[in-house]
Amino acid sequence: MFRFLSGFGSYWMLLGRVFAKPEKHSIYYRQTMKELVSLGLRSIGIVTIISFFMGAVITLQTAYNTENPIYPTYLIGLGARDSIILEFSSTIVALILAGKVGSNIASEIGTMRVTEQIDALELMGVNSASYIILPKVVAAVLFNPFLTLISIITGIMGGWIVGTSAGVITSQEYIYGIQYAFIPYYITYSLIKTVVFAFIITTVSAHQGYNVDGGSLEVGRASTKAVVYSSVTILLFNVILTQLLLS
Amino acid sequence: MIRAGHISKSFGGRQVLTDISAVFEPGKTNLIIGKSGSGKTVFLKCLVGLLEVDEGEIYYDNVLFTGLDFRGRKELRKQMGMLFQGSALFDSMTVEENVRFPLDMFTNMSYDEKLERVNFCLDRVNIVNSNSLFPSELSGGMKKRVAIARAIALKPRFLFCDEPNSGLDPKTSIVIDELIREITVELNMTTIVNTHDMNSVMENGEKIIFIEEGAKCWEGNRNEILKSDCRILNDFVFANALARQLKDSSK
Ligand SMILES: Nc1ncnc2c1ncn2[C@@H]1O[C@H](COP(=O)(O)OP(=O)(O)O)[C@@H](O)[C@H]1O
Ligand SMILES: [Mg+2]
Repeated sequence: MFRFLSGFGSYWMLLGRVFAKPEKHSIYYRQTMKELVSLGLRSIGIVTIISFFMGAVITLQTAYNTENPIYPTYLIGLGARDSIILEFSSTIVALILAGKVGSNIASEIGTMRVTEQIDALELMGVNSASYIILPKVVAAVLFNPFLTLISIITGIMGGWIVGTSAGVITSQEYIYGIQYAFIPYYITYSLIKTVVFAFIITTVSAHQGYNVDGGSLEVGRASTKAVVYSSVTILLFNVILTQLLLS
Repeated sequence: MIRAGHISKSFGGRQVLTDISAVFEPGKTNLIIGKSGSGKTVFLKCLVGLLEVDEGEIYYDNVLFTGLDFRGRKELRKQMGMLFQGSALFDSMTVEENVRFPLDMFTNMSYDEKLERVNFCLDRVNIVNSNSLFPSELSGGMKKRVAIARAIALKPRFLFCDEPNSGLDPKTSIVIDELIREITVELNMTTIVNTHDMNSVMENGEKIIFIEEGAKCWEGNRNEILKSDCRILNDFVFANALARQLKDSSK
C-alpha cells in the first residue's frame, strides 16, 4: 500500500516535470516527429493485421450466435460494427499497444537511466523528463486516434470479407447492417477513450522506465511492469469513461 | 575553483559520505582516488548537483551552488561538462549529433557555426571521419573521446570525469589521461577526475584526494603520495606487487 502511494506520488511529480515549459521548441518539434514515426507509423502494421482478424471473428461469432430466423441477417453487420467501434478498436487496440509501445518506452528510457544518459542531460541543464517523455506523449495522443480509425475500417472490412466468404451473410446485408441505426457519437466516444489510453500508456510506461534503479535486469522488470500497470489502468479508465460518456 | 565544505550524504540511513572538505583549483587536474565503493561517484554527483547533499556546502568560484534554486543551477550547469563512467552518449544520435546537442540546446549559433565547433572538438580528441557513426559502432576509447568532445563543446569552466579509464587498455588509458590534462590547461578548467587507476595517479596527480569509506583520509600530490605514512593510503597505492617492490628498493 505504501509502495503504491509513493509510486502514485512520484508519477504525479514526474508529470509535473514533463509538462514544464519546453526549453527549445524546435528541438521538441523534431523529437515529436521522430516519435510519431517510431510509436505511430510503426504500429500501423500490427493494428491492421489484428483488426482485420478480430473483425472477421466478431462477425462470425455474431452470426453463429444469432442463427435464429427471427433476427434479420443484417443485424450481424450492425452487431459487428458496434462491437468494433465501441470496444475493440479503442480498448483492445490500446491493450495491444500497451504491450508493444509501453514495453518499448519503458526499456528505452530505463536504458537511458542506467547508462547515465539521463544524468548527462540533467548535467547539461536539460529537463530530461520533459525532453524524453513529452514528445512521446504528444506523438501518441495525436497519432493513436488515427490508429483507432484504421482499426475500425480494417475491422469492418475483415468482417465483410470473411463473413461473405464464409457465407454467413451477403454483401448487401452486411453493408446495409453497418449503416443501419448508426450512431456517430460512438466514434467520438471511441476516440476520446483512445486519447486517454494513449496518455496512460505513454506516461505510465515512461514513469516505470524513468525511475529504474540498477542495471539491465531492472530495465527488463520495468518494462514488464509498464505493460501490466498501463493495461490495468486502461481497464479501470475504460469502466470510468464508459459510465461518464455513455450513461 | 570549486570548494566543498563538510559534505555528508547518506542513502536510506546508510552513511556514504562523511564530512568531506576539499578545494579544487583551476588549470589543474584534481584527482579523487579510492577503492571502488568508497564513494567517489557519489561525491562527484553531489558536487555537480545530480545528487543532493544532506549537509555541507559547495561553492563554484564565489557562488554558493547548494543555495541556488533550479534556475540558478541551470545557468551554472552550462559551464559544466561531465564525462560519465560509461560515456553516456545518446545512443539514438550519431557522433556529430551527440557533440552538437549542447549547442542545439543552448546556443543560437547557425548550423554552419555549430558544425565548425563540432568538428573542432572532435578533431581535438582525434576523432576524424566518424561524424555519422552511432555510439554502438565505436570502441570504448572512441566513446570516451566523443564524450569528452561533447563535454567541452560549450567551453565549460568545470570538467568532471568519472573513472575516465575504466574498461580501457593501458595504452588507451594514457591517451585519455593526457587528453584530459591538456584540455584542462588549454581551457583553464577546474577538472576533477575520479579514478582508482594508479597509472593515472602518477601521470596526472597534481592534486590528489584520497577517500576511504566515504571520508577524506589524505590529500597531497603525486610526489607526496609515495612518501606518505598513512597506512590505508599505502595499502591502496602499493596494492600490487611491483609497486611494493619499487617502494622497498627505494628505501
Ligand atoms: N543511489 C544510491 N542508492 C543507495 N546507495 C548508493 C547509491 N549510489 C551509491 N550508493 C552506495 O554508495 C557507495 C559508494 O558508491 P560509489 O560512489 O558508486 O563508489 P565508487 O567509489 O566506486 O564510485 C556504494 O556502497 C553504493 O552502494
Ligand atoms: Mg564510481
